[in-house]
Amino acid sequence: MLIAASLSALVLLSLLAVVAGGREITHRLVHAGCAAASLGLLIGGLTHLGTGPGGSPSIVLPLGLPWMAAHFRLDNLSALFMVVVDLAAVAASVYGIGYCRHLPEVRRVTPFFPLFLFGMNAVLLADDAFMFLVAWEFMSLASWLMVLADHKSAENRHAGMVYLVMAAFGTFCLLTSFGLMAGAGGAYTFTAMRQAELAAVPAFLVVLTAVLGAGSKAGLVPLHVWLPLAHPAAPSHVSALMSGVMTKVALYGLIRILFDLHGEVPWEWGAALMVIGGVSAVLGVLYALFQDDLKRLLAYSTVENVGVAVIGLGLGIAFKDAGEPALAALALVGGLYHIVNHSIFKTLLFFAAGAVISATGERRLSGLGGLLNRMPWTGTAALVGAGAISALPPLNGFVSEWLILQALFKGPGLPHWAMKFGVPVVGAMLALAGALAATCFVRAYGIVFLGRPRSLAAARADLHPTPASMRWTMAVLALLCILLGAIPVTVTDALSAVVQPMTGLHFAVSADLGWPWLSPVSSTRGSYSGTMLVMVGAVLFAVAVVLAHGLGTRGVRRADAWDCGHREDIPETQYTGQSFSQPLRRVFGTSIFLARETVEMPEPGERSPARLSVRMIDPVWVWLYDPISRAINFIADRVNRMQFLTVRGYLLMMFSTLVFMLLVVAWRQQP
Amino acid sequence: MTEFLIQLAQIFLVVALAPLVTGWVRLVKARLQGRVGASALQPYRDLYRLLQQEAVVAHSASWLFRVAPYVTFSAVWLAAVLIPTFTTDLILAPAADLIALVALLGVARFWTALAGLDVGTAFGGLGASREMMIASLAEPAMLMVTFSLSLVSGSTAPSQIIAFVLSGSVGIEVSMGLALAALVIVAVAENGRIPIDNPSTHLELTMVHEAMVLEYSGRHLALMEAAGMVRLTLFLALIGGLFAPWGIAQAGAGWGEWRWGWEHSLPKALPWPRPWRCSRPGSPRCGCSAMPISWAARCCWGCWRRSSSTCRRRCDGSRADLL
Repeated sequence: MLIAASLSALVLLSLLAVVAGGREITHRLVHAGCAAASLGLLIGGLTHLGTGPGGSPSIVLPLGLPWMAAHFRLDNLSALFMVVVDLAAVAASVYGIGYCRHLPEVRRVTPFFPLFLFGMNAVLLADDAFMFLVAWEFMSLASWLMVLADHKSAENRHAGMVYLVMAAFGTFCLLTSFGLMAGAGGAYTFTAMRQAELAAVPAFLVVLTAVLGAGSKAGLVPLHVWLPLAHPAAPSHVSALMSGVMTKVALYGLIRILFDLHGEVPWEWGAALMVIGGVSAVLGVLYALFQDDLKRLLAYSTVENVGVAVIGLGLGIAFKDAGEPALAALALVGGLYHIVNHSIFKTLLFFAAGAVISATGERRLSGLGGLLNRMPWTGTAALVGAGAISALPPLNGFVSEWLILQALFKGPGLPHWAMKFGVPVVGAMLALAGALAATCFVRAYGIVFLGRPRSLAAARADLHPTPASMRWTMAVLALLCILLGAIPVTVTDALSAVVQPMTGLHFAVSADLGWPWLSPVSSTRGSYSGTMLVMVGAVLFAVAVVLAHGLGTRGVRRADAWDCGHREDIPETQYTGQSFSQPLRRVFGTSIFLARETVEMPEPGERSPARLSVRMIDPVWVWLYDPISRAINFIADRVNRMQFLTVRGYLLMMFSTLVFMLLVVAWRQQP
Repeated sequence: MTEFLIQLAQIFLVVALAPLVTGWVRLVKARLQGRVGASALQPYRDLYRLLQQEAVVAHSASWLFRVAPYVTFSAVWLAAVLIPTFTTDLILAPAADLIALVALLGVARFWTALAGLDVGTAFGGLGASREMMIASLAEPAMLMVTFSLSLVSGSTAPSQIIAFVLSGSVGIEVSMGLALAALVIVAVAENGRIPIDNPSTHLELTMVHEAMVLEYSGRHLALMEAAGMVRLTLFLALIGGLFAPWGIAQAGAGWGEWRWGWEHSLPKALPWPRPWRCSRPGSPRCGCSAMPISWAARCCWGCWRRSSSTCRRRCDGSRADLL
């Protein structure tokens, strides 16, 4: 009831924005209304999660085509994702109240924002393929329109184009997937799909198209190309939702098909997903490491985190197929935990990026710096987010990576030799991605918030104070990062209730040692307790402070930086983002991105500066998408000639088509 | 109650003894280089001196710069509290396994690197960039060590791995040997030792870890230095504990076993220059008696250099012949 009311409210808000658009009060009102409606959906999801396993009965509404009805249903899986989506949605709406004041193109954002939220929630609630795809398109198109909000820049138009193509491709794949599951009879409800038995080839194609369709929306390599273009182009609160939440809705679609509708997925698909996830994780973070645009960096880091979550899902499939439901549950809990975590800290980081951009008007790392002194709230919240995304204990990002690693360490026990040898490789990729993510966010945070300002706009950031609504949402999300890391067992218990129908086993991650100790598998296998780490760490921190002040001096003296006597007041002498990632560019970039450095030294006596330039290529564009787009252009060129045929030619074509069709019919009629 | 006291003892002993361990390592290094070296107690004096000095903070520094030493120190301390040194029977041991231990050291590194970037000097960024590059290769290596140990012993918790090694059911394991080799390399990298980094270098351009803490002074620097000492102790205890745990006290042990464990916990991982230790420390003869060893080391190095360069020359010669 609450959910239905909230969903209708979202649609009405969108209409209100269209009718009464233009005035600032409308924008704030619509965002406030979105916050209230999302809060309703959030409460609906949470109460359903609290009631235990088992879904609500399917609700049939006479929507859509006349002979089709729309089915809606809420079960634990959709309730969990509803909590993920709407938590971020509440935050983004409240953030938007303050943020939309600084947006020049706000009129082109407000009407679509409620529709976007509506689309995401409707995907989660849909209980038939028709409704699912319609809602999916709502989500895609509403976000596409917001990507194009600032359509005057050619870069954004290009982003919108790539996004539209990739979204169409994704929906096409999902349509094929559902079509194959529905079969010739057109049993389009999820209930009918669950009972359908699939032959080998369609079963294979269903999984393939589901992985392609959901993977293109989630941003798995090599289908990630639209993410770093489209996510930064939208206004920051929309970027936060697209990156933090819409990718999760795509993963929901993948989980729904692979674990619920399809049911029996063979372990090879688990292995394939793990490899895709591992490659996405490592490549995503490597891309992020070399970005200069703050929001693009965050979008690439989303590719990494989606990869991490997909490793968990793939491992879950492999364990489930090998008859190890407990380990499958562990891997899935890890994957879902990471999905929850990423939605929180990525939203937080995009909000921080939005606050930085609205205070300075600068998105490039090379134009920022020293913002922690000028924007203390944003800087502190972003520090928590950066720590969480770098998987540092006791924050939430670490818990999910720990759970996935624990499941991976049991991987060599799988019966297949490919998995015995492959799992350690994926484990190494995950570990590498985690370590590189820490480097990436030390770089991003250190260059943006620490050091001395690299531009006048950054130096004057304190002249544009961040509105209270933006500050508070960031503070709340930062607290959630800490909380979800400090009480991991409470979260895993809720997640194991979600995972239970997928693996058919009730699995408690903390069964052995009790409440604050995460002890999957058994108490001797390895355990972790964020709660204890927080408590003991706080005590040790206090002891360290008391010891240092008791034994030593108190207070500090402010002075100029020492800098080994080389002190200069030019901020250009600082390390930049480019120079920070230079050692890693030499290690990884030369082989993967073909990074080449050229140094132009002026002749002795000349007074021009020396230049160091770096050339890098994007392997996915150069080796995959450019050939495809060239092939399409080539075919289109050839097909174009058919516009200029003579009448005889057209008649001949029609006649030969007719003959061909008759032949097909004759062939089909053969007994 | 006893368990609580043991844990408390561990908490304070790791910090109290870490400077001694560092001092000892420096002393041995000095002797191997043919120097007399400072007393093993010198790090205590250094730390005390630093604590008494004024803490100077740059104008451009933020609050992060002042908090980072405390966070770094307490994160490393927390990690050191959780690993078995003289007993495996620690009440806090289940709070973190090896994966969490790696991550706790990662917390310390994260904050130190950020502190290096905070003042906005060239050297700070240089150190942070290099440190994170090394760490992003060393950390996966450490996790892979954990992976192979967990494959052999079925656990990622250090106390369980030690119990497994002590149970005698482990034979000659190739993976344990490789894990030991990898862990030693990781320890060298994490502690900023030669050949990855040189803790006693004075040339800023060659610094890694030191470059990040160049701006620190007074008690802040003392904490950063102490964190490094505790980290060194932690790695020595970890390597000793995982790969040569004999003598460590297990659950239900008495006082005698704990003492035995203490007496053997660190020494077994420390370098012992006993064969060439001189009768009168500080006398010129001491240097002489250490000379043969250092000469031997130099000879080995020289021979290797000579042979490799000869080989190269020979290769070049043969190529010249071909041409």
